[in-house]
Amino acid sequence: MGFIKRILKQKNFMFKLGIVICLFWAVVAILAPLIAPQDPVAQDLSRRFMPPSGQNWFGTDSLGRDVFSRVLYGSRISITAGLITVAVSFAIGILYGAVAGYVGGVVDDIMMRISEMIQAFPPLILAMVIAAAMGPSIVNSVFAMAIIWWPNYARLTRSIVISVKGNDYVTASKLMGASRLRILFKEILPNSIGPLVVMSTLDLGNAILMFSGLSFLGLGVQPPTPEWGAMVSDGVSTFQNWWISTFPGLAIFTVAMGANFIGDGLRDYLDPKLRNQL
Amino acid sequence: MKDELNQEHTAPLPPDVEAQIEAGVYAGISGERLSDEEKALREAGEAPFEETHDGTQALVEAIDVKQHFVVKKAKGKKAVLKAVDGVSFTIHKGETFGLVGESGCGKSTLGKTFLRLYPLTGGKVLFEGEDISTLKGRRLKELRCKTQMIFQDPSSCLNPRRKIIDILMEPYVIHKRFTPKERREKAMELCDMVGLSRAYLNRYPHEMSGGQKQRVGIARAIALNPKLIVCDEPVSALDVSIQAQVINLLEDLQKQFDLTYLFISHNLSVVKHCCQRIGVMYLGRIVEIAPSGRIYDNALHPYTQALISAIPQIEGEKKQRTVLEGDLPSPSNLPEGCPFHTRCPRAMEICKKAVPQLQELEPGHQVACHLYQSIEEESK
Repeated sequence: MGFIKRILKQKNFMFKLGIVICLFWAVVAILAPLIAPQDPVAQDLSRRFMPPSGQNWFGTDSLGRDVFSRVLYGSRISITAGLITVAVSFAIGILYGAVAGYVGGVVDDIMMRISEMIQAFPPLILAMVIAAAMGPSIVNSVFAMAIIWWPNYARLTRSIVISVKGNDYVTASKLMGASRLRILFKEILPNSIGPLVVMSTLDLGNAILMFSGLSFLGLGVQPPTPEWGAMVSDGVSTFQNWWISTFPGLAIFTVAMGANFIGDGLRDYLDPKLRNQL
Repeated sequence: MKDELNQEHTAPLPPDVEAQIEAGVYAGISGERLSDEEKALREAGEAPFEETHDGTQALVEAIDVKQHFVVKKAKGKKAVLKAVDGVSFTIHKGETFGLVGESGCGKSTLGKTFLRLYPLTGGKVLFEGEDISTLKGRRLKELRCKTQMIFQDPSSCLNPRRKIIDILMEPYVIHKRFTPKERREKAMELCDMVGLSRAYLNRYPHEMSGGQKQRVGIARAIALNPKLIVCDEPVSALDVSIQAQVINLLEDLQKQFDLTYLFISHNLSVVKHCCQRIGVMYLGRIVEIAPSGRIYDNALHPYTQALISAIPQIEGEKKQRTVLEGDLPSPSNLPEGCPFHTRCPRAMEICKKAVPQLQELEPGHQVACHLYQSIEEESK
């Protein structure tokens, strides 16, 4: 608990704001069935394309479903899918990139060529292929996204590790007889993690959008299950009914922004040089 | 522990080998001899330990050490960079051996070679008679306790993410010595030894000044009770007033713990102050080795003479300065013959053809220069 207390003591306003936003969405996702005024999948064709009003706060979509309830329910799937995708690619990418950058030489060359093979494909197409081959489901599309996502982290980690490993403290650790693993995890990675944390929080929004792309193509979430990305693309075809796209879009935006604030704050928190200036 | 080692290492060498070392027979010959000796002795469970002419023990011996690196050049071409090219010399126990030379001459590389940071390209380094170039695994870890390094840049040698106490406890953690509580006490003792307030233990490196950080670096270096410490320009990044303090600290620690220093520097006044013997390097080779006083009073090699004449003088009449023309040739494209002949004010024909070998002209004073070789040949 000391860690959380120390974080909350930070003077950084944006960081606190980020935490508040993310906590808000977490609560919404957990309590969606209790808060939502209507059933998110209940259709009422007589009330199609209703603009926001007292009855339907965010209006209704093309099938007369309540957009507000759908946004609340959609947070469950969208946020979870985005988080898992980023977390898995973060973990794989950092380990992979750190090994490539630290070992260097031929190992580095081979490992990087492999990751470039994945990056050479258009990301959405490759994710589609993988998800389609494995069968459309939420788990499979998250897995497919992680597969195409991790090389970004691997590349960034590798380049940071290469620059960090030239520092004298790495040499000093080696001279004291530290094992390679110890040098990697105690000396190099803690000094490389800052930009990676920031990148992962920036990626959260991208991951939610890409997941919605897969859903739109019928590979992720199956309709009528509410999901933010799919809702945004629903509304694009009838743009005069602006509320259909705008509210789920705002939801994605706020989650990504909150995650971003947290990422920036975490980076500063992790850097002892900046910690006391916050 | 110490007595044990001394007993182990007092096995004297056969007189003929000793005589050869004394006579300054270098490179291949003495190298092979020693390796045979060493093998025999190692099989017998003993490590050899050379006695040199003045009775002090050799701690480290470099025999024809070569350290080449392959560098990639434009258009996929590769070039061999000869950072250290055939260096042989001995560091005695308890002395401070200075290594001077201009930037890029391979001083630091040579120093790191003694710590086995790189695999050697050629030759060997004997530490207490044991060839360190082949050490692996546990044996290498044991060597790591005996050799340490003090770095040039104090701000880069400490992990910015760790507190000073963690940095100082790290050596004991790596070698699984002591309990966590004892480690903490040891770290505090280390602080006292290097004259650092214990209050700094809970700070991060960026909260300290350069001199304080360098003290932490020194404390970490002596944590494992090493025998050899390679000081790679330990004071050149520090304020002048701090330089003196750090050098005095190094000298005190040397007396206290019987340390041997390899002191790498390009600051001749610093080296003069604290070294007993000095080796002058030029383009990956040692051109002159002499006791500290001799180098300043009676430098023989033209390069050393130029270096000495470049020391700024405040008092006295102005000396004639020897100013070297041109730049240091690239170590990936060494000139033929003596590496210094392109800039040497006294270069001769032979300098372009043959590489001069180190020769002992007077006791303890060795020079690699054709000037003196020809004089000697003529006198014969």
